[in-house]
Amino acid sequence: MIDAPNVGLVSLFFASILTSNILLANFLGMCSFISISKDFKSSMGLGLAVTMVIGICSAVCWAVLYFIIKPLGIEYLSFIIFIIVIAAVVQMLEMIIDRFSPSLYMALGIFLPLITVNCAVLGVILFMQIRSYNFLQAVVFGFGSGAGWWLAIMLLAAIRTKLDANNAVPAGLKGTGITLITIGFMAMAFIGFSGMIAVQ
Amino acid sequence: MSAYLVGPLAVAGISTVLAFFIALLDKFLNNYGELKVSINAGKKELTVKGGAPLLGTLAEAGIFVPSACGGRGSCGACKCKVKSDVGPHLPTEMPYMSPKEISENIRLSCQIKVRKDIEIELPEEFFSVRKYKTKVEKIRDLTYDIKEVLFALEDGEIEFEAGQYVQLVVPPYGEVVESVQRAYSMSSLPSDKRHVELLIRLVPGGIATTWVHKHLKEGDSVELVGAFGEFHIHDTPATMICVAGGSGMAPFKSMLYHMKETGAFPQKDIWYFFGARTTKDMFYLKEMGELQKEWPRFHFVPALSEPKPEENWTGDVGLITDVLDRYLKEKVDLSKGLEGYLCGSPGMINACINVMKKNNMAEDKIYFDKFA
Repeated sequence: MIDAPNVGLVSLFFASILTSNILLANFLGMCSFISISKDFKSSMGLGLAVTMVIGICSAVCWAVLYFIIKPLGIEYLSFIIFIIVIAAVVQMLEMIIDRFSPSLYMALGIFLPLITVNCAVLGVILFMQIRSYNFLQAVVFGFGSGAGWWLAIMLLAAIRTKLDANNAVPAGLKGTGITLITIGFMAMAFIGFSGMIAVQ
Repeated sequence: MSAYLVGPLAVAGISTVLAFFIALLDKFLNNYGELKVSINAGKKELTVKGGAPLLGTLAEAGIFVPSACGGRGSCGACKCKVKSDVGPHLPTEMPYMSPKEISENIRLSCQIKVRKDIEIELPEEFFSVRKYKTKVEKIRDLTYDIKEVLFALEDGEIEFEAGQYVQLVVPPYGEVVESVQRAYSMSSLPSDKRHVELLIRLVPGGIATTWVHKHLKEGDSVELVGAFGEFHIHDTPATMICVAGGSGMAPFKSMLYHMKETGAFPQKDIWYFFGARTTKDMFYLKEMGELQKEWPRFHFVPALSEPKPEENWTGDVGLITDVLDRYLKEKVDLSKGLEGYLCGSPGMINACINVMKKNNMAEDKIYFDKFA
């Protein structure tokens, strides 16, 4: 029923981390990427949260897409429905983590609810839709993209920590300015991976 | 026709199912069953329903930890020491904690939830704090936005020190679905143990003040919890420099009449600076004037910041901080030392502390009640 692309799961996983990094190749999920990447600990928490949310949401949204949206022919509402599903999944995840792992809940803190409006999550789901992945591909692509986002924010946090420690940045560039330039360099570096493996 | 309905119905259906799952999860996850709270190494044992913040859980059991904001985490008053492990300090607690308090695991009881058996320490005097049933005996307009409300206690007597506060229990009304508590300083005399008087200024959008101003009538039943607070007259010969604005009058009214009535702290001179914008905001002028006439060691300095010419104001003019500065430099006798007593908005208090420090008053001799 689904015309899934002929991509192996392993290569899809690495492709979504490296060649099609959701942040550095598609520039999605930028706002939290820039604002939270000041230190390692928060980046770690946010990366973990994004990975979990993207992975779970792409699985749930895949089911919603192929069992509800397509049979009913309401593709024009898919954006709204995906957003509702993401919000609900984030809410449930928050409650579960709060109950079973207070320390992780503490580490994620305010980031978990913020992820609801992170465009990387919706972006991955929409890619999943237009590339017509099958279920396993969708899940692997979801977790892979999340891991890619996590990797990117950890790298950026590392670079920013080094930059701040050196105090060599001109005053006018401090903060967001130098961060955007850094992200540009990182994106160029990641382009080096392009063509090695493909997501579709 | 059906083509138009499918979309909205599908969205509604999906939302309903998800909401149902969330509700189910909530019911299942937030059910902690019955838990034990052990206070002061087993001196008091409570069996409570788990899942709610410690502050509310204790209040339900009749133990009232002071809280000026009513559990919103904005006053930092409800600190208590937790001896069992309830997880690390939350970001919402950090602004109110010193490093020493963090190392002793002092927590804000409104922020931590009771999720397993818990051991805490509370000062003994909290056990004497109780809830009073009262009837509103009299409501009087002092200004267009400040009311003087007199509550008659119906069960028992209240023991308090002049300067302390009570929490007013506001029942749900209109669009407010939860009962809230707000702290107000008592303006009545400690010797009148059957009455409590509060001065309540209408804060636009304020839950408690709107209720008092728009809904409360004479004869209504109201609950008060108290008495709380560290704000009191210190037993030294130093001269009191009291500064208040608006309903910040309350604790000073209580302190002044208490001192006058009992002759307590006979060595203390008292300067009382009261600031308002115009005569419309000014009240108790006559009462304070009479008090000053009968009581030589008391000096009352009312000041208006924006008097209109037609008001014929003969008193001091200027921001209360400027008036205070002027008097500290020119009129106040400094020989016995000075103590600051402040009550009002955080902005006014911070500004007054600055003026007092500039006039060589020691910061640890400046006492205040800050109502955020």
